[in-house]
Amino acid sequence: MSKRKAKDAHLPIGECINQVHQILRKRFCHQQLPDKPEGVEAQHKHLAELLKRTAVHGESNSVLIVGPRGSGKTMLLRSVLRELSQETEVQKNLLQVHLNGLLQTDDRIALKEITRQLQLENVVGDRVFGSFAENLTFLLDALKKGDRSSSRPVLFVLDEFDLFACHKNQTLLYNLFDVAQSAQAPVAVVGLTCRLDVLELLEKRVKSRFSHRQIHLLSKLTFPQYLERVRDQLSLPDDFLDGKFAQEWNAAVTMLCLSRVSVARPSITPADLLDASRLCLADANANMLHGLSILELCLIIAMKHLNDVYEGEPFNLQMVHNEFKKFLQRKSNSMYNFEQPVIMKAFEHLQQLELIRPADGASAKTQREFQLMRLMLDHGQIMEALQKYPQCPTDVKQWAMSAFA
Amino acid sequence: MKYFTRLRVRRIYEWRGAALGFNRKLQTYEYGSLSIRVEGLPHSTVISAGQHILIEGDDDDNPYVARVVRLFADESGAQKKAVVQWYVRVSEVPPGKLKLLGRNPHPQEVFFYEGRSCEDEVNAESVLRPVQVRHLDAAAPFPVSEDGDIFYVKLSWDSRTFRPVDPSLLDASRPPCRSLPLSPPSSPPAAAPAPGGPARRALPTPDPAVMRGAMATPASSRKPGAEAESLHSLTKLSASKCLSAKRRSATCRTPGVRKKLQLSSPDDPAALRDDVLQQLLEAELEKGRRSAAAASPSEPLRITHSLTPLRRTSRTPGRHDDFPLTPCSVRRRESQSETDSPPAGDDLSRTSTKRKEVQTGTEPVLEVLDEEEEKNCALRIPRRQSALKVSSRIRKQLNLLDDRLSSDEDEEEEEFVPSRKELQSDEEEDDEGDEEEDEELKVKKSRRSSSSAASRTKQKTSARTPRKAGPKTPRTHHHATPSIPNRAQPARRPGNILEEARARLHVSAVPESLPCREQEFQDIYSFVESKVLDGTGGCMYVSGVPGTGKTATVQEVMRCLQHAAEQDEIPPFVFIQINGMKMTDPHQAYAQILQKLTGQKATADHAAALLEKRFSHPAPRKETTVLLVDELDLLWTRKQNVMYNLFDWPTRRHARLVVLAIANTMDLPERILINRVASRLGLTRMSFQPYSFKQLQQIVTSRLNKLKAFEDDALQIVSRKVAALSGDARRCLDICRRATEICERSAAQLVGMSHVMQALDEMFSSPYIAAIRSASTQEQLFLRAVIAEFRRLGLEEATFQQVLVQHQALCRVEGLQPVGVSEGLAACRRLGACRLLLLEPSRLGVLQRVRLNVSQDDVLFALKAD
Repeated sequence: MSKRKAKDAHLPIGECINQVHQILRKRFCHQQLPDKPEGVEAQHKHLAELLKRTAVHGESNSVLIVGPRGSGKTMLLRSVLRELSQETEVQKNLLQVHLNGLLQTDDRIALKEITRQLQLENVVGDRVFGSFAENLTFLLDALKKGDRSSSRPVLFVLDEFDLFACHKNQTLLYNLFDVAQSAQAPVAVVGLTCRLDVLELLEKRVKSRFSHRQIHLLSKLTFPQYLERVRDQLSLPDDFLDGKFAQEWNAAVTMLCLSRVSVARPSITPADLLDASRLCLADANANMLHGLSILELCLIIAMKHLNDVYEGEPFNLQMVHNEFKKFLQRKSNSMYNFEQPVIMKAFEHLQQLELIRPADGASAKTQREFQLMRLMLDHGQIMEALQKYPQCPTDVKQWAMSAFA
Repeated sequence: MKYFTRLRVRRIYEWRGAALGFNRKLQTYEYGSLSIRVEGLPHSTVISAGQHILIEGDDDDNPYVARVVRLFADESGAQKKAVVQWYVRVSEVPPGKLKLLGRNPHPQEVFFYEGRSCEDEVNAESVLRPVQVRHLDAAAPFPVSEDGDIFYVKLSWDSRTFRPVDPSLLDASRPPCRSLPLSPPSSPPAAAPAPGGPARRALPTPDPAVMRGAMATPASSRKPGAEAESLHSLTKLSASKCLSAKRRSATCRTPGVRKKLQLSSPDDPAALRDDVLQQLLEAELEKGRRSAAAASPSEPLRITHSLTPLRRTSRTPGRHDDFPLTPCSVRRRESQSETDSPPAGDDLSRTSTKRKEVQTGTEPVLEVLDEEEEKNCALRIPRRQSALKVSSRIRKQLNLLDDRLSSDEDEEEEEFVPSRKELQSDEEEDDEGDEEEDEELKVKKSRRSSSSAASRTKQKTSARTPRKAGPKTPRTHHHATPSIPNRAQPARRPGNILEEARARLHVSAVPESLPCREQEFQDIYSFVESKVLDGTGGCMYVSGVPGTGKTATVQEVMRCLQHAAEQDEIPPFVFIQINGMKMTDPHQAYAQILQKLTGQKATADHAAALLEKRFSHPAPRKETTVLLVDELDLLWTRKQNVMYNLFDWPTRRHARLVVLAIANTMDLPERILINRVASRLGLTRMSFQPYSFKQLQQIVTSRLNKLKAFEDDALQIVSRKVAALSGDARRCLDICRRATEICERSAAQLVGMSHVMQALDEMFSSPYIAAIRSASTQEQLFLRAVIAEFRRLGLEEATFQQVLVQHQALCRVEGLQPVGVSEGLAACRRLGACRLLLLEPSRLGVLQRVRLNVSQDDVLFALKAD
C-alpha cells in the first residue's frame, strides 16, 4: 500500500514507516513522558512545589497521589521529577528511593531495598545483612542521625501504596511518616495508589502521622479533549526526517480523528483502529467456545437450560447428561448418543477450560458425576458464540434458543 | 546458657593472714589480702590491695573491672568487703557518649571511672579473679593481644566526658620499687602523712594535689584512723552507714549531693589544674545556689575540690574550709597564674620543679598522654602570662554568661559542636552541670576564635589521624551507625513570613514549651522525679488518641529532668525509650532496651535474661533507669510476657526502674491485658483528652509566636473543625501549613478564610463523588445498573451477571450499543480498583458478587448532577 509514496525522493518509504514505528512505540510502549502534562497542571504544580520544598528547604512532607488506573499518576510524578532534576540545587541534593508494593511485598524486603537504594550497605562493609530487626534499627538510626539542614533529603516513592498498608502493623509506613513528622533527616513520602479509600486502610496512629495531603487525579476529559489527545499522540513531530511524509501522516491522523473516513494511505485507518479495539475488547471466554467440539457445546447449552430452570442453582454431570438425553430423544437426527465416559471426558475438559467451576470448593469426597458445578458463562456469550460457530447443526441452534424446541 | 555454667563453679573466699588492724570508728577489720579458691582445684588466687580484679556483674561475658583499694571485714567478720576503684568498660559507657571518644573504642579498653554515682564498696565475694590493666598513652596504639585478661586504660570517664588519665593513679598495681617514669620523683611532705600505718601501696605518690584533693582517692594509701574522715566518705554504705546517714539527712539538700559526698573519692587530679576562671565561676554559682543550704560536711568538700592548687599546698590535711570564697578570688587567681607561669614553656624542667607548683605534677603527664593537649597547651599559655589578662577575661566571660541568656544560642551551638567533640579529652573540668559546661564551652570558644582558623584545622587533622588508624577492628562494626550523606548545598532558610510560618508549623518543629498540657506535664514530672529521688521504681500508663501530645509531653518532661540531673538537683538517671512500632517483634524490646542501656548486642532471649538479672540483683553501680515505652499495645503477645516483664521489673527491690507506657486506648489494661499484667501496671494512669478548639488555637498561636501570618477567624475555623473531628494537633498543624501554601500561591499576604477553607476541603472532602463524576460513561452506567439491581433484589449485593443484565438494558435505554461481558467486566473492575465497588476475587468471573462502597444516595447525587 506504500507504492504511491515510493516515487518521493525524500526517503524510501520503508525507512519512513520504520521511523514512525519507532516514534510511536517510544510513546506508547516505553512510557515516554509528554513534554508537558496536560489537564493536570494544578496537581503538577502542587507536587512540584512540595518536592521542591523538601529538596531545597529540607522540609519533610508526605503526600498521596490518588487516581484510577491509567489516570497518569506515575506520569505526573515522573514529569515532576524530571522537571526538578533540571535544577542543580535539587538534583545534587535529592536522594530517591522507589518502592513498589507489588515487588516489596513485606517490610523486610522493603527495608533491604531502601538500604540498597540509599547505598547505605557500604557502611557495614561486606557484612551480610542481619535480621529484620537489625535492619530496621539500622535504617532508623541512619535517618535519625540526619537533621533538617545538613543531611540530604530523601524522596520515598511508594508505588501501589495500598499494598504497603497491608504489611504487618504497617511498621514501614509508621516509621516513614514518623520520620517525616519529626526532626530527623528530611524525607518526602509520596504514595501512589488507585484506591480512593486508602486512608481508611491506615491504622489510626499511622493516619495521624500522615499529613493528609492527597492529590487526586481524575480525568475530566470530554470527547473533544480525548480526540485532541489521541491526535497529539499519533501525530508525528515537526522535525521528522521526511517532511512531506510527516505532513501527510498528520493530515491523515487529523482526518481520522475528525471524520473517521477511510483513506487509502500508508497510515492508520479507522478500520485498523476498530480491529484493534475489537481485539482488545474480545471476550476470551466467548472465543474459547469456538474451539469446542459440538458435544461440549451441547453440554453447555444443556447447562444453560438448567440454569434457566433452576435459576442459577448449581448442577452436576448427571443432570446435564439427562438434559442432553432429553434433547436427543426429541430430535436426534444430527446428534449421536454418546456413552457416559465420553460425556464425562467432555465435561472434564470444560472444567479444565474453567468454563464451569465447582460450586463449593474442590470437594474431593463426592463422586465426580455428582459434584455440583456452576457455569461461568453468560447467556449472551453462549448465543453469540453459537451464531459464529462454524457448521453448527440447526437443531442444536434451535435447541439453544428454546429448551423445548 | 553461659551464665548457668558459671554459677556452678563455687569459689571460696578466705582472708590471708590476720587482720591488719581494727578501725574503731568504722568498726571494720582491715586485711591485707584475700585468697580465692575454686572448689575442687588445689591452687588459690590471692587478691591484695592495688590489684586489678574482675567483679561479677549483670553480664557474665563482661564482668566489671576494678582495682582493689582496701579489703576489710565488718565487725562480726562475716561480711567480706572491698573498696574498689572502678573502671568502666566500653560496653558500660552509654552508646551515645561513646561518640565523644572520637574514635572507635578498643574492645579491651577500659576507662578510669571518676563519676560519683557508683558505690565503691562491693562484697568481696563477688570478686572473680585478678586481671591486668595497663596504662597506655592516649596516642599510643593498642597492642595486638589476644589475651582477654589484659585491659588497657587511656582515658578516664566521669559519666560525661573522657579525659586523659594520670598514669600514677593507675599504676598502683606495680611493685613499689618501680618508680614511675613520668611522675615527679619526689613526693611532697604534705602527701606523706603516713604515720606508721601499713602503707599498702607504697608507690611514689604523684604529688600533693593528688593526695590532698583526693582525700578519698583510692590511689592514696589508707590509714585507718589517720584519715578517718576520708575513709568515712568511702565506706559510707557499710558499717558506717548509720553514722553517715545521720549526717546526710541533716545536711544534704538533695540526694544528688548526698551521692556525691559518698562517692567523691575518685576525683581526678586532672581536675585540679583546671581553669581558674572556671573554678571561680563555679564557686560563685555554687554559692548562689546553695546560699540557703546550711554549712554542711558536703559543702566544704566540694569547695576544696574547686580550690586552687596554691591554697592546697599551704594547707594542712584538715578538710574543713572556712575560707570565704568570693572576696579573695582575684588574689588567688593572680597567685595562681604566677605559680603557673614558669612551667608553661618547658616540659623538661618540670621534673625538678619545686613542690609549690602543684599542677605541674599532673600536667606534663597529661600533655604527653594526649597529643590533643598540645593544641590546648597553646591556648593555655596566654592565660598564664598575666593575671591582668585573666581577670579581664573573666569579666568578659561573666558578661558572656549574661549575654547568653538573651542571645540566640543555636548558632553558637552549631558552630561549636564539632570542635567540642575533638576536645572532649581535655575538658578537665569537674562537671558540675550543664550550665558550667556551657560556660566552659564559651570560654574555649572565645579563646579558640582568637587563634587562626587555618592552624586550628591543621591541628585537628594532625591530632586525629593517628587515632583513626589505630583500633579499627572488625569487631567494632556494629558501632558503625550509618547516616544519610550530607547535602551538597545548604538548606535554604525560610525567606518570607509565610515560609517562616510554615517552618514553625511543621509538626517536627520543637516548640519552646508545650501549651495546654501543663497539668499533665506536672503530673508526669513529679511522678518521675519522686521515683528518681527515692531510688524506687514504678509504672505509669499514659493514654490518649493520636496527636494529643503524649510522647511530646513525656519527652519534654525527660528533657527537663535530665537538665535537672545535670544541675545536680536530682540524682543522675538513664533515660531510654523504645517504640512498639519501631521494632519488628515484641521480643525485640528486650534487645533494644539492653542495647540502649549498655550498648551490648544480644538476641532477644539473651537480652531478656541479662535484663532480668540486671533488674533483680543489687549491683554496685546503679542509676535509676527511666524507660519510655511508646505504642505499648504493639508489645502484646499471646502470653504477654514482654509486658509482664516490663511491668514486673519496676516492682523489684533493686531495679530502680521507672516505666512510662504510652498507648492510644484508655482501657487497654482492662481490655487486652491479663490480670497479672494489669495488676502490675498499677493504677497510676493518665489520659490525654483530645484538644479542644481553644487549645488547638493556642497551640498554633504559640508556635507562630507573634508571627502575623493568619487571620484570627481563619485559625479559629481550622481549630474548630479539627476539634470537632479528632482533636489531633498534627492535623491542625498540617492544615495550617497547607493553607499557607495555598495563600502563597494566590499571592496574598495573610492566610485568610478562603485559603483555610480550601485546605480543609482538600483534606477532609471525600473524593468519591468527584471520582464518580469523572468516571467514564460505561462506568457510570454500570453504577446505575448496580443500584437498579439492588432495588430489584432488595439486597445490597448482586452477582455481576445480574448487574450485567441491567447494564445492557440501561444501554438500550440510553441508545448505546449494549456492552459485552468483557467490556462490562472491565468497567466493573476499574470501579473495583478505585474501591467505589467492592468485588469478590476476579477469578469468579461473571459470578463474582458486587457491592457498593459508597451510599446509594451519593451515587445518585453524583450522577444526577451532570
